[in-house]
Amino acid sequence: MTDISTTSRRNFMKLAATAGGGLVLAFSWTNTLASAVMEVLDDTNLASGKIDFNSYLSISPDDVITIFSPNPELGQNIKTSFPMIVAEELDADWTKVKVVQAPLDTNKFERQVTGGSGAVPHSWERLRKAGATARQMLLEAAAKRWKVSADTLTTENGVVVHKASGRKLTYGELATEASKVPVPTDVKLKDTKDFKLIGKAIRNVDNYEMITGKPLYGLDVYRDGMLYAVIQRPKAFGMKLKSVDAAAAKAIPGVVDVVTFKNNVAVVGTSTWQVNKARKALKIDYEAEAPLESSSDHDRIFKELLSSKEATVRRKDGDVEAAFKKAAKVVTAEYQCPFLSHSPMEPMNFFADVRPDGVELIGPIQTPERARADVAKLLNIAPEKVTLELTRLGGGFGRRLYGDYVLEAAELSSIVKKPIKLVWTREDDMTGGTYRPAVRYRFEAALDAKGNMIGYKLRGAGINSGNPTREDNFPSGAVENLLIDSIEHQSPITTGAWRAPITNFLAFAEQAFLDEVAQAAKKDPVQFRLELLDKAKNAPVGAIKYDIDRMKGVINLAAEKAGWGKKEGVSQGFSVYFSHRSYVAQVADVVMKEGKPAVDRIHAAVDCGIVVNLSGAYQQVRGGVIDGLGHAIYSNLTFKDGAAEQSNFNNYRLIRMKEVPEVDVYFVNNGIDPTGLGEPALPPTGGAVANAIYKATGKRLRNQPFINQPELKTV
Amino acid sequence: MALYKLQINGRSYEADVEPDTPLLWVLRDNLGLVGTKYGCGIAQCGACTVHVNGNPMRSCAYPVSAAANAKITTIEGLESNGKLHAVQEAWDEVDVAQCGYCQAGQIMTATAFLSKNPNPTEEEIETAMNGNICRCGTYHRIREAVALAATKLK
Ligand code: FES
Ligand code: FES
Repeated sequence: MTDISTTSRRNFMKLAATAGGGLVLAFSWTNTLASAVMEVLDDTNLASGKIDFNSYLSISPDDVITIFSPNPELGQNIKTSFPMIVAEELDADWTKVKVVQAPLDTNKFERQVTGGSGAVPHSWERLRKAGATARQMLLEAAAKRWKVSADTLTTENGVVVHKASGRKLTYGELATEASKVPVPTDVKLKDTKDFKLIGKAIRNVDNYEMITGKPLYGLDVYRDGMLYAVIQRPKAFGMKLKSVDAAAAKAIPGVVDVVTFKNNVAVVGTSTWQVNKARKALKIDYEAEAPLESSSDHDRIFKELLSSKEATVRRKDGDVEAAFKKAAKVVTAEYQCPFLSHSPMEPMNFFADVRPDGVELIGPIQTPERARADVAKLLNIAPEKVTLELTRLGGGFGRRLYGDYVLEAAELSSIVKKPIKLVWTREDDMTGGTYRPAVRYRFEAALDAKGNMIGYKLRGAGINSGNPTREDNFPSGAVENLLIDSIEHQSPITTGAWRAPITNFLAFAEQAFLDEVAQAAKKDPVQFRLELLDKAKNAPVGAIKYDIDRMKGVINLAAEKAGWGKKEGVSQGFSVYFSHRSYVAQVADVVMKEGKPAVDRIHAAVDCGIVVNLSGAYQQVRGGVIDGLGHAIYSNLTFKDGAAEQSNFNNYRLIRMKEVPEVDVYFVNNGIDPTGLGEPALPPTGGAVANAIYKATGKRLRNQPFINQPELKTV
Repeated sequence: MALYKLQINGRSYEADVEPDTPLLWVLRDNLGLVGTKYGCGIAQCGACTVHVNGNPMRSCAYPVSAAANAKITTIEGLESNGKLHAVQEAWDEVDVAQCGYCQAGQIMTATAFLSKNPNPTEEEIETAMNGNICRCGTYHRIREAVALAATKLK
């Protein structure tokens, strides 16, 4: 092995010849590409199977290029987008690229995580460099063979070309020789204007498997000798297990065992159906160990929190009390959202086989590294003894950031000493916790006589919500006197990140409130926002942590494309939000149908930097808008005595095809590096819709879901 | 337990299961046909849709005992002689799937629908597909793919 640079052992790029010849370039998705250490491995290493890297691109002599994709794929299209970036710089023939999902491997990859819209921004440069490095080596191999300078060579579609002589060699033909070329340390990346693949609409690499029903998901994992398991957890948050009578359950055919651990009663058997039947025959007593809360309690708690003196100050600019004292007009409003279930279409599940020689885990998880570490800790073994293979995730929406079900599967397998597949039913999924927290906000704005916003107050109060504000987001920085604080009620009901955490509702509340303020100031809502942004630009107050020009860019694009202020017979509402690293502005078109407001169309202007895959990106925006719209209008999870009152899609409503408006998507083309798209399209939707409904009906919707609001019922 | 003989995708299968076992779990746990998905188990989401004698059926709420003499088609049975069904082709061309989990059910609903209504209007497509939930929100593309498949089937 030859270390070309020695800055860090963890940041490396490996090169090796495969056993059958060919180039294998292993690259790690690590933090600092500049310090990438490269190692050249000899044939024997690979031939003997000792090379334990998983993230690499390989080129076989028959021109097949294999690219491993390390991040969990849950529909955000990473398994297609990542390889596209590598293939772009490699100048590969995309039709000959094979994509393989890599298992968890912390030696080879960093941030094998899906969440926070962060994968492409994090990996953009190192993926490009991985492709470009391999390309450079292929060029040098061809140069050597033809005895010409590498500068005189070009590549196209998987072929190295010497224009002067007309000679050509495919990457496959050059792969073995290229593998012997020293790994270049400083390769030139393409000018983004020369991209051929990035920015195109490329079909999902798993399409064939998905449309023909091939096993892809965690629930599709089957093994010889595997048992099925379901778990009865306490029916209410705040309850704990007291006693179990499993006699009747054990008598059901197919049941192998009933075991109790922590507050769980698990039924293990030979089929999913039989263990579920047996579960219903369990006789379990529970007792309360914490308050059994109901939604009516939360409504009261919100009132207390909003007037509490105990809140934590998140941001303070100027003298907000003085501003409100001298205000010509004050606008105040409160907004509230319910708990939500993530409800990915594939319920939680995991395969675990705990054996004396090691642990095998297979299934859908957004955070495989943490899950493995937690399992190792639980079983008191070294993490190296645990392997974790990732399946395609049937949705995640944040729920699969939490590995509770992985731990359950591992613990259960360790108890029954059998490979097991733990299956959560839909009911388990919906009643089992880790919800989007319920939150209530109070906004106050002070206007001077000319309608300038001179003071702004926001109090965020939530149930297990952490800080439910984003104190440095717009309009912070544009208001002289500002106070943002938050307060939380700690509850036995478990909560967690839900797609676009916090902002999935905060954006609605804030953008709807700004519409109220614009109205009080007698200003056009778009103009009002642009003026605030000008203020933030020309006379910034405190730190500004968003990009003013990018935000203005999407505002102007959305207004232009939607024909803002120019449409007859349509009521339009506006909204703009910065979340994660990207900017999205939306205009909702609402029309009256049979006396009721109906969302006819949503225009979305998006600045996520360079779009990698136009097909994936377009759908990501439409899907985000539909997600935002559906949950704002329909979805609602409530509690009675600590138990969720909704348990399946018959009483927890998700948006369906007939309820979906047209969604037009426009991308800002500014050539900056990608800034992420898994979440940012969702937050603005609720606000745009509520503001449009206000225009159409004169009714302000301040609470979600809209469908339950008296304002909407009386229209 | 009882032994059931099943006709699935033109082949004969046997399964020794309890009579109340939903066809969904027999397909998945006993026969290894895992393309048919579990989403809700109570006939609400459509992820488990198969064809029984050509009609769309929620296999999670359809006991195996009722399926014994029926002709069953699952997502695995749509391809014929290595060629995708026109609906599957359309799904690929429109690049419908996001996470993909609901799509087998969507495709089975769409194929049954188009076999009865080869010239659907947009509204008829929406009505036919309204029972299938897609949590990822691929509804526009599903609608587009069904319309495209209709033109392919002509
Ligand atoms: S799983 Fe059968 S309809 Fe949902
Ligand atoms: S594609 Fe994910 S649920 Fe439909």
